[in-house]
Amino acid sequence: MTVKPAVQTANWCGQSIERFEDAALLTGRGRYIDDLGVRPDTLHAAILRSPHPHATIRRIDTTDALKLPGVAAVLTGADVVKLSAPLTVGVRAPVQCWPIAVDRVRYAGEPVAVVVAVDRYVAEDALELIDVDYEPLQALVDPMQSLSSNVLLHDALKSNVASDRTFRYGDPEAAFAKAAHRVSVEIKYPRNSCTPIETYGVVAEYEPGEDSYDVLANFMGPFTMHAVMARSLKVPGNRFRLRTPPDSGGSFGVKQGVFPYIVLIALCARVAARPVKWIEDRLEHLAASVSATGRATRLEAAVEADGRVTALRYDQVEDVGAHIRAPEPATLYRMQGNLTGAYAIRNVAVRNRVVLTNKTPSGLNRGFGGPQLYYALERLMQRVAVELYLDPLDVIRCNLVPSGAFPYRTASGGLLDSGDYPAAVAKAVDEGGLAELCKRRDSARAAGKLYGIGLTAVVEPSVSNMGYVTAVLTPQERRKAGPKNGAQATATVAVDPSGSVTVHIASVPQGQGHRTVAAQVTADVLGLAPKDVRVVGEMDTSRDAWSIASGNYSSRFAAAVCGAVHLAAMQMKGKLARNAAAQLNVPADEIEFVGGKVGARGNPDNAIPFGRLAAASHWAPGTMPDGAQALRETVFWSPPQLEAPGELDETNSSLCHGFIFDFCGVEIDRITGALRIDKYVTMHDCGTVLHPGMVAGQINGGFAHALGAAVYEEFAYSDDGAFLSGTFADYLVPTATEVPEPLILHVETPSPFTPLGAKGVGEGNCMSTPVCIANAVADALGIASINLPLTPKRLAPLIAERKP
Amino acid sequence: MPRLSAGRRHTVRVTLNGRAVEGEAEPRMLLTDFLRHVLGSTGTHVGCEHGVCGACTIDIDGAPARACLTLAVQADGATIRTVEGLAPEPGRLSVLQDAFRRHHALQCGFCTAGILMSLDIYLRDTPSPTEQDVREFLGGHLCRCTGYVPIVAAALDAAQKLRGVARDA
Repeated sequence: MTVKPAVQTANWCGQSIERFEDAALLTGRGRYIDDLGVRPDTLHAAILRSPHPHATIRRIDTTDALKLPGVAAVLTGADVVKLSAPLTVGVRAPVQCWPIAVDRVRYAGEPVAVVVAVDRYVAEDALELIDVDYEPLQALVDPMQSLSSNVLLHDALKSNVASDRTFRYGDPEAAFAKAAHRVSVEIKYPRNSCTPIETYGVVAEYEPGEDSYDVLANFMGPFTMHAVMARSLKVPGNRFRLRTPPDSGGSFGVKQGVFPYIVLIALCARVAARPVKWIEDRLEHLAASVSATGRATRLEAAVEADGRVTALRYDQVEDVGAHIRAPEPATLYRMQGNLTGAYAIRNVAVRNRVVLTNKTPSGLNRGFGGPQLYYALERLMQRVAVELYLDPLDVIRCNLVPSGAFPYRTASGGLLDSGDYPAAVAKAVDEGGLAELCKRRDSARAAGKLYGIGLTAVVEPSVSNMGYVTAVLTPQERRKAGPKNGAQATATVAVDPSGSVTVHIASVPQGQGHRTVAAQVTADVLGLAPKDVRVVGEMDTSRDAWSIASGNYSSRFAAAVCGAVHLAAMQMKGKLARNAAAQLNVPADEIEFVGGKVGARGNPDNAIPFGRLAAASHWAPGTMPDGAQALRETVFWSPPQLEAPGELDETNSSLCHGFIFDFCGVEIDRITGALRIDKYVTMHDCGTVLHPGMVAGQINGGFAHALGAAVYEEFAYSDDGAFLSGTFADYLVPTATEVPEPLILHVETPSPFTPLGAKGVGEGNCMSTPVCIANAVADALGIASINLPLTPKRLAPLIAERKP
Repeated sequence: MPRLSAGRRHTVRVTLNGRAVEGEAEPRMLLTDFLRHVLGSTGTHVGCEHGVCGACTIDIDGAPARACLTLAVQADGATIRTVEGLAPEPGRLSVLQDAFRRHHALQCGFCTAGILMSLDIYLRDTPSPTEQDVREFLGGHLCRCTGYVPIVAAALDAAQKLRGVARDA
């Protein structure tokens, strides 16, 4: 029997087809981790967390908790130390990172004990019966204070600085010496997170007979963490099976941070000798899941009289919180190849320090390093314009990487793959109506209103080089450790005995619609309709093709994963063409795949249905030409451009670079300090667009996150380290009334480095929008220094300070 | 109102999406946990358990309510509709659900159930909302994926289609 494919054929890529994911999600039939059945003997975990930001644990008494009926086990740091090894840390420093506090708590919300019980209600009852004797210590909240404090978070480190590296690209000293002007900014970038609406979840089992763990978790990658977790659990990778559920309720980077809990709950299952399930609650998530890094930056530019920047000097102090949790300090190095943004600046000096504070450890979050870097760089470009009495647009334009310069090697080693930045800016200025917006500003100001315009140009990196974080090591240390590089994407295309096509991707989708787009890509190659192709998105490390770069981060899906799908489908097509050639008696290169049929080009009568041909490898393998059994094609694709950091620390941190140019007009209420976005224009070049509806979804969604980061959201701590943002009534996420619709514009310059010409698009506005809005606010208020979030509380005093 | 004992389980009977169902719940059990883990209706999601995000919104006796702020025993005797009850039959979507699919008004789908339930009730009571009306109403829901733009578009599109259906009826 064969499946009859649809006859329609088209270029499916580029069309906004409806998503295959949606029917189930819209009818309540999604399969998120907490929706899936568990073994009948499964126990439930609840975690006791520290109320103190910094304290020594003198004693933990779990006696009463263990006596409560229904409680199976209680784990503390001592148990975890006995059964596991610390989580690998990405810097050479004498610090240990555990998934639970060991003898000392270092942030409010840090796990102190885990109760495993018959249900979550009983487990939470038992938490109240655990007696912990804390000796509070002074807490460090401000990273600048932490730099020089005598209070230490990790005593063996002898300071709170876990890494201190300097970099020099070109000849920055000479450029500064010659410069007509120097312009500088000082920034304190706050901590925030994209807070997916589904929280973390883990279900773990341990099999003592095989010393193996089997874990289901809504982890999103990168699967470098698989090695970190297996090592911590003291088993080889093949005894740590990690699976993901079919659906995940959003991630935005954040669900990378579930990995310490995977280790912790796996150990609970081992101790309890039964499966253990844990679903994080919202307070736990806000207080202790993961945060983007905070960063204190001083950035100085050497500037010519016409506004051209000849050199940059960065001093970045990265607040990673209480532990350097893998893959940190990656936030600091993700942009290493892009320190000059969209600009042709040839000289750069950098000092990067990674500092520990009594706050939640940092990790992946949409934008990852981009928001922090560009906030400084683009505030600086505006200050160049203001201090030199130039038009901010002219300052951007005269510094852009010029047309025709691609691929362009940046001063710090990034390879900008493609683009035409000046043309994109010109189109945005024209179609977005910048001149009209300037008139609106003039008339608003004439009417006594506080109105400002902000502009931003950035490059949006995607498809991370797995080696970029080794830039934190010196070249000598890297030589010793061995090179790390690449970004291996995998995809498998298989045909079954009915002749239908199944694709597996290791991209661990978190709601973006990967299954739909992968079906479009496959359908285009094999002459099928997307609905004829089924795509599996869940991951199982014991069964599926995967590598360390697998997962859902660095906007790698369209560029890398769809590219791998395309290549695997092409391999399948090549084999099927050989089989068809034998059956149809024409050369393989004259076989075409159209409308669900495989036939001789130009002779529609000489064709066989795709399904019949595809099934034949199962039913009659002996009739296939040698080596042409077409059953299953797996591709591992890694772009050669992603080399390891070089001897001079030149680092091509990402494969693709989209371009974004944004501008906006904002009005600030003089009385309340409330900020209103009057107009927002965002121009994107993300290469070839595979699904315009999803690209718009990524831009609108990223814009909303960025607006939240710019205006509302902050993981706030009091001076003594208490956490102040533990509910959605304190951590303010924008709603439909706060998020305006941006005007989205596109140009397309395909990437020459990816199989389909696509680049990432999901993170760009998180990089460009916060600083674009801040530039507009600075313009409205006529101020030089401004930090996020731009709440009325922050803006009202700035308004009051202005001269009337 | 029956007398309840804290440590005991009590039988809770509800009409769920048109069918009489019952299960056991301690007085402290949340309605979300009861729906999801006792009755097995996992379409209703839990996003914050403090009534802000709106993911758990369901229809209790004709009005939208946060299931996470409701105890299961409070719902005894109630008529409840959840996202599982919106589609006219398996394999078909309601006008509102279909508008969501066409406008790409969901990505991860986790907040979607609550938004659909709220809008289903809202559009029944407010057939001709303006965009600003819809935005104000949606202010009770958090969505982290879409930026709300396609949700607003889908709601307005569905309202228009539902008005057409009402006219033709």
